[in-house]
Amino acid sequence: MKLLEYQAKELLASLGIPIPAGQVARTPEEAAQACAELGAVAVKAQVPVGGRGKAGGVVVARTPEEARAAAARIIGMDIKGHRVPLVYCEAALEIEREIYVGLTVDRDARANILMLSARGGVDIEQVAQETPSAIARLHPNPWRGPLDFEINQLIWEAGLGDRARELAPVIKRLYRAVPEYDAVTAEINPLVVTAEGRIMAGDAKLETDENAAFRHRDLEERYAPVLEGDPLEVEAKRRSLTYVSLDGEIGVIGNGAGLCMGTLDLVARAGGRAANFCDIGGGARAEVVENALAVILMNPKVKGILINVFGGITRGDEVARGLVSARDRLGLRLPLVVRLSGTNEEEGRAILEQHGIVPGANGWEAAKKIVELTR
Amino acid sequence: MAILLHADTPVIVQGITGREGTFHAQQMQAMGTRLVGGVSPSRAGTTHLGVPVFATVAQAVRETGATASGIFVPPAFAADAIMEAVAAGITLVVCITEGIPVQDMIRVKDFMRCYPEARLVGPNCPGVLTPGAAKIGIIPQRFSRPGPVGIVSRSGTLTYETMAALTAAGLGQSTIVGIGGDPVLGLSFSDVIQLFEGDDQTTHLVVIGEIGGSDEERAAELLARGTRLKVVAFISGRTAPEGKRMGHAGAIVSGDRGTARSKEEAFRSAGVAVAETTDQIVEMLTKL
Repeated sequence: MKLLEYQAKELLASLGIPIPAGQVARTPEEAAQACAELGAVAVKAQVPVGGRGKAGGVVVARTPEEARAAAARIIGMDIKGHRVPLVYCEAALEIEREIYVGLTVDRDARANILMLSARGGVDIEQVAQETPSAIARLHPNPWRGPLDFEINQLIWEAGLGDRARELAPVIKRLYRAVPEYDAVTAEINPLVVTAEGRIMAGDAKLETDENAAFRHRDLEERYAPVLEGDPLEVEAKRRSLTYVSLDGEIGVIGNGAGLCMGTLDLVARAGGRAANFCDIGGGARAEVVENALAVILMNPKVKGILINVFGGITRGDEVARGLVSARDRLGLRLPLVVRLSGTNEEEGRAILEQHGIVPGANGWEAAKKIVELTR
Repeated sequence: MAILLHADTPVIVQGITGREGTFHAQQMQAMGTRLVGGVSPSRAGTTHLGVPVFATVAQAVRETGATASGIFVPPAFAADAIMEAVAAGITLVVCITEGIPVQDMIRVKDFMRCYPEARLVGPNCPGVLTPGAAKIGIIPQRFSRPGPVGIVSRSGTLTYETMAALTAAGLGQSTIVGIGGDPVLGLSFSDVIQLFEGDDQTTHLVVIGEIGGSDEERAAELLARGTRLKVVAFISGRTAPEGKRMGHAGAIVSGDRGTARSKEEAFRSAGVAVAETTDQIVEMLTKL
């Protein structure tokens, strides 16, 4: 789950990391109110994606009137496909210095990585590319977390030794987001040193592991309802499907991420455009297939559907039964091409044929066929 | 001779009495895998599919001499099951389970440092199959036949498709290894390629990668240093949209690596043939 800034900050604060005073505002009136209480505020769009500043989603307001106007403009704005549901009004900071501290999964090292740099701010990726040595790195032991001396080394390597006393607890607490919340990304950029010499999280990004959601039901209950994603993606998630909206006209269902991505590649190669990525996964049962079809049909742009299922765990007869019942129940009239093979494929194909659905020969043929039928 | 798994390898299944565990253990038996037992604490002492069920892996190893295990337990318990197997002396652990929290796997990887002889395949993988000999996992054996082509893949279903196409073209396989699609994995592409390199039966190799991470780039670097194998690579996800990024941490760690383009270029510059569709894999392999 990708948390919004104010949600991430709430969690960081619960771990003991200092954050500026702030209030969530759902209306311009609430933003004016927040400014009246906090003084000058930054009115910040709350979206689970980077680059909001450049998109005009962050405005500094000195008076309640300015805050009201800023919120009126920002709430409802679209930033990279996300409608802004609310703003966070945060007491403006007098920034002396910006530090970067981040934590993520380093796939290649099969470990977590903590990163610290004295050159925080929006250009950190450029810093990483041009002067990788300006970013100090640490792979903490996953059973015990980073030790004090390791954090101290990290701080000195980043050239921040003069701030070691204040930084060490912040880094140690940030790492707690891993054991406490199953964070896969936790980032404070900038970590601000204020004119008065205090350290505070200026911005915060926190993403938790969907696979670990069973350990954090409380987080989901507290935060998920505020997250406004693509409505189809939200609906798919409610039905436990892996679904990503795309721009095209051909609905795609596959089992396994690799096959599904491969099917998107085939559709593109055949000259078509996929409307979505929908992986029904291993062990997919009839009801899962039906759910997938139902979500795809909610997209008015879809002109035809391509289903590519090669079964290992997923049994062909289950997929076929799901397809037939879904088609009938949903009154599906759009062109449908099905490529079905693997475990119990004969049974599956027989069921499809009995019900008037002709299976495609292979993935490439099936992709060409659906592109043709939707042209 | 194939790699990792042979006709005489004694295998157990953890989670043998569950729905998926039962179905796939049966399939494994059907192709002649030497299934010697299973683990399921609530059914310990019973017999299932004609083999004894134990409460712990340690007991199963002691009683049956098993050296390999297939794991079919739910995600919340899978990491512990892997460590249990490794600690009990199992040297080939194949974890099929999908949806294991990444932090659990990071801990497993650290735990396994103390057991250098143990190899983990997966998780979130279809398993290992040596045609005509044995399998651990869920790869449908009907599409395979013995032969000289090794397959190593991050995808499940694309592997079956490739295997079926090879078999249809008369090209059999030595061993098929699905290393899994999770961010934190057991064996890497490079680990498996090195095993194939040392296997007499294998003369050709198909590498099926995906976007994300840089295991494919590392494998390309390994192959560039010289190989006796004739290799075709395929990367899925070239038209996949970039994920909506949050924060910079991921980009700082991976840089430009991880895209389909980066992986394909890495293989090409290593002198490896790169297929654009799975159908081309067979075509290109025949020409090598």
